[in-house]
Amino acid sequence: MDLSIMQQAIPQFVKAFELTLWLSFVGILGALLVGVCCSLLQYFKVPFLGKVASVYVELFRNTPLLIQLFFLYYAFPVIGIKLPAQVCGIIGLAFLGGSYMAEGFTGGFNGVSQSQLDAGKAIGLNKFQLARYVVFPQGFTLSVPALAANVIFLIKETSIFSVIAIPELTNTALDLVGLYYRSNEYLFMLVLAYAIILIPLSIILTILERKVRYGSFGN
Amino acid sequence: MPEQILKIDKLNKYYGQHQVLYDISFEIQKGEVVALLGPSGSGKSTLIRCLNGLEQFQSGFLFFGGKQITPQEKNWPQLRQKIGMVFQSYDLFPNLSVLDNILLGPLKVQKRQRAEATAEALKLLQRVGLEKYAEVYPRQLSGGQKQRVAIVRALALHPELMLFDEVTASLDPEMVRGILEIIRELSERDNMTMIIVTHEMNFAAQIADRILFLEEGRILEQTPGKEFFQHAKTQRAREFLESMTF
Repeated sequence: MDLSIMQQAIPQFVKAFELTLWLSFVGILGALLVGVCCSLLQYFKVPFLGKVASVYVELFRNTPLLIQLFFLYYAFPVIGIKLPAQVCGIIGLAFLGGSYMAEGFTGGFNGVSQSQLDAGKAIGLNKFQLARYVVFPQGFTLSVPALAANVIFLIKETSIFSVIAIPELTNTALDLVGLYYRSNEYLFMLVLAYAIILIPLSIILTILERKVRYGSFGN
Repeated sequence: MPEQILKIDKLNKYYGQHQVLYDISFEIQKGEVVALLGPSGSGKSTLIRCLNGLEQFQSGFLFFGGKQITPQEKNWPQLRQKIGMVFQSYDLFPNLSVLDNILLGPLKVQKRQRAEATAEALKLLQRVGLEKYAEVYPRQLSGGQKQRVAIVRALALHPELMLFDEVTASLDPEMVRGILEIIRELSERDNMTMIIVTHEMNFAAQIADRILFLEEGRILEQTPGKEFFQHAKTQRAREFLESMTF
């Protein structure tokens, strides 16, 4: 491996690194928002919209992001909706992620034990109060491990953005490989860049998981 | 003239096709203590859970405070404020402190003033010997302490009827007595009306005005407390009592 080649590529990687972080951040924020909304619609069994949310979750969880992006980027312009590549990427990530996040939240809410629900009902809480004071606080804590796993997964999914020519890490690395025919160096840098993002994040999320678990239940 | 609090009239409950309660009928007057006894699976817990809507019954009537409750009752959140319940597994809310556990009902359900509700909650905690534990979380309490908090949580809503569902069944033996003392005091000092599902025969013998003996979803006999333990009417109840004593 040639260190000087790697050194020269650093500025391009830094730019791509920042873009990857930014797209991930906005996409995951969107995913959490979409996920919470869908999960609430499902929890309260809101007429019609609850069903829509369920169909959406199943549809997006069971189709690849690659295909979703192709639709957004190549098929939507045909019907007159033309969006910049990065917007497509963020929307794709938010809606793919939203379906996973919705499942994460729902799993947490469903994990609250029946006896806790009984205890809440027994003191006269109505449906909304039961959700607000018993199900959501406890269920959210239970859903944190799933949400954390989704965050890691979604960051890795940004590598697929390369197919719609967003200059994030994977796209940048593959470009450089194509230009200079030095695959070892650039691919090594690519792996390193993802590791720099994901390993510390993974550690932080593990600590967070433990914190919320001990914080609210203590055992 | 004793005031009737609860009347149950031909209540039937099914799980799917399987009937678990058959034509249950009885009444409770204000201040009365009724113990539900019977072997495991006889429907005691199911019955007591029907009385505050945690289980749905399919036919028959409940009358609580003269008001009719049908199987389709929509107003359980209102009714449950008047019907307190304590469970075998305590079920304090783990994410709330002891005080917040107790205040949740009075503040959010009954919309009472925080200062007044807090003062009452602390007084109730003092009564069960836990005044120092208001700010503590449930995980830091022993089983017996948790159960005392659970009783206070139910009392804080000023119920007219208390349901106790095997509240000592998962406690260490030395914790049981304290809980039973509290329940007895509720009856003797506050004249609280209570329905108690229990396996503590000595306790039932001491505290219950009346015993309902259930088997396979049917009330086999209703007998005044003392009399039941001396000479139960049915052969089955006598066998049951015999099996419970060593």
